[in-house]
Amino acid sequence: MGKIFKFQQDVDTDQIIASQYLLFSTIDEMKTYTFESLDPNFASEVKPGDFVVASENFGCGSSREQAPSVLKALGVKAVIAKSFARIFYRNAINIGLPVIVCKDLHENVNAGDDMELDMKAGVVRVNGKEFQCTKLPEYMQGILDQGGLIASLNKED
Amino acid sequence: MGMTMAEKIIAAAAGVSEVKPGDIHTVELDRLMSNDGTTHLTIDMYNKLKNPHIADVNKLVWIVDHNVPCDSVKTAASHKKMRDFAKANGIKFYEGAGVCHQVMMENHVTAGELIFGADSHTCAYGAVGAFGTGVGCTDYLYAMVTGKSWLLVPETLRFNLTGKLPEGVYARDLILTIIGQIGANGANYAAMEFGGEGLKTLDMSSRIAMCNLCVEAGAKTALMEVDQITLDYLKEHGREPKHSFKSDDDAKFAKVYDIDLSTIKPIVAKPHFVDSVVDAKECVGTHIDEAFLGSCNNGRIEDLRAGAAVIKGKKVHPLVRFLVVPASAAVYKQALKEGLLQIFMDAGAIVMNPNCSVCWGSCQGVIGENEVLISTGTRNFKGRAGHKDSFVYLASAATVTASAIKGEIATADMV
Repeated sequence: MGKIFKFQQDVDTDQIIASQYLLFSTIDEMKTYTFESLDPNFASEVKPGDFVVASENFGCGSSREQAPSVLKALGVKAVIAKSFARIFYRNAINIGLPVIVCKDLHENVNAGDDMELDMKAGVVRVNGKEFQCTKLPEYMQGILDQGGLIASLNKED
Repeated sequence: MGMTMAEKIIAAAAGVSEVKPGDIHTVELDRLMSNDGTTHLTIDMYNKLKNPHIADVNKLVWIVDHNVPCDSVKTAASHKKMRDFAKANGIKFYEGAGVCHQVMMENHVTAGELIFGADSHTCAYGAVGAFGTGVGCTDYLYAMVTGKSWLLVPETLRFNLTGKLPEGVYARDLILTIIGQIGANGANYAAMEFGGEGLKTLDMSSRIAMCNLCVEAGAKTALMEVDQITLDYLKEHGREPKHSFKSDDDAKFAKVYDIDLSTIKPIVAKPHFVDSVVDAKECVGTHIDEAFLGSCNNGRIEDLRAGAAVIKGKKVHPLVRFLVVPASAAVYKQALKEGLLQIFMDAGAIVMNPNCSVCWGSCQGVIGENEVLISTGTRNFKGRAGHKDSFVYLASAATVTASAIKGEIATADMV
């Protein structure tokens, strides 16, 4: 069970983590500035296991991998959106942050709602209702299952 | 079944005769560009690998461009890490030579190549018919170690261009108009391919400006048909095409758009979305605090010429900072030779070294609370150029320069 943090459409990666923090040495140094321009309390309020729920085109803009990385470092369990911009989507899978497309969720939940994610079944449960999510292509699910792309690199080595 | 340019490049890189949208292929990459936005993190991950190695160091190009010269002690540490690693491993390294994509176009990219760049605007390389796509540092690391990656074959949106842009209207007006038309996710996961008679009227600088911005419609890559203008540009820069692909007549496009260039007008993209595109006349009179002429999108010699033509003999408004930032050292030197920098400086502009500058809002020229910037940069997202409560309008070099003179948004015919 995790709490929902709700965002609207076209959330760009500059808003997830602004440029001025990207050259800090580590993701841990950057993560306290996550969503600074959209929700300045996000980084202090989010707890491991919580969810980010958004509308269309989440993560558009810059290819900065710091965007999914700070969300993962803060313990966000998954980002569930109506759609994702492709570079964010790919980066998230590569670092092992679940990104799930669910068309009907955004309108039916509020910020602060408690939600449960069943990755295997591809469903989320919230407010007594169940929402079906779109399954990842097998290849990408495989990357996620092994904990990201680097894990496969270490295995191949 | 015929294939599109994007499909042909992927097929060649995958070593197969045919691919179709939705397929996932393992591809051999020709070139891997990375800049100071993420390379320090790539190096940290590299050093933690069980067996760190580089598949082919000749594919790697590393460019310090986002915060150059360095602006803080924290940045200095990240730059040093990048510089030291490049030196120790024999990686081609640039610092101060310009914005990464301009440096790549001037020195490395050729037609038919498949290139990963750890920067979203890598799609610029389509201007010479190369498949460039933006990736994060994990993807970059994987490609650096293996020389390969996985790629989902995108659908292609085809843009047939006809006619010619009117006088005083630029490729930047054209591509922003297209993005406004299809929306910020109108090409999500897709390739945007440009061709037709109208393309022949667009010079290489215009083509780079167009392909560069396609990621703002969500595109995975942008591609332009290889023609005499491409071949001349490559020859001038000492390169031959790897492949000169063209989409087959029976290639399958997800959608086809017909764009008559003669109908395009000067436009402005309003805060905070690149697709909030309106006729520039609708924004005339909007107060500005700063104007920026530069970036990988619009900092080439042709853009500086357009700006200089507008401002020659005139003055920057006394309450406006006008930043002029050539996209590369080569552009800077050419602008010096042509007397353009003299014109800008006589007008009161601040001429700066080639770098990403305020386009990415973390180095020079950042704007404060409630301030307004008009920019030839790539993005106008909330907070992109500095304070989270500030405003960025995007426009062509001519419109930006005219606005710098007026102290409010203006088109070139108004000054």
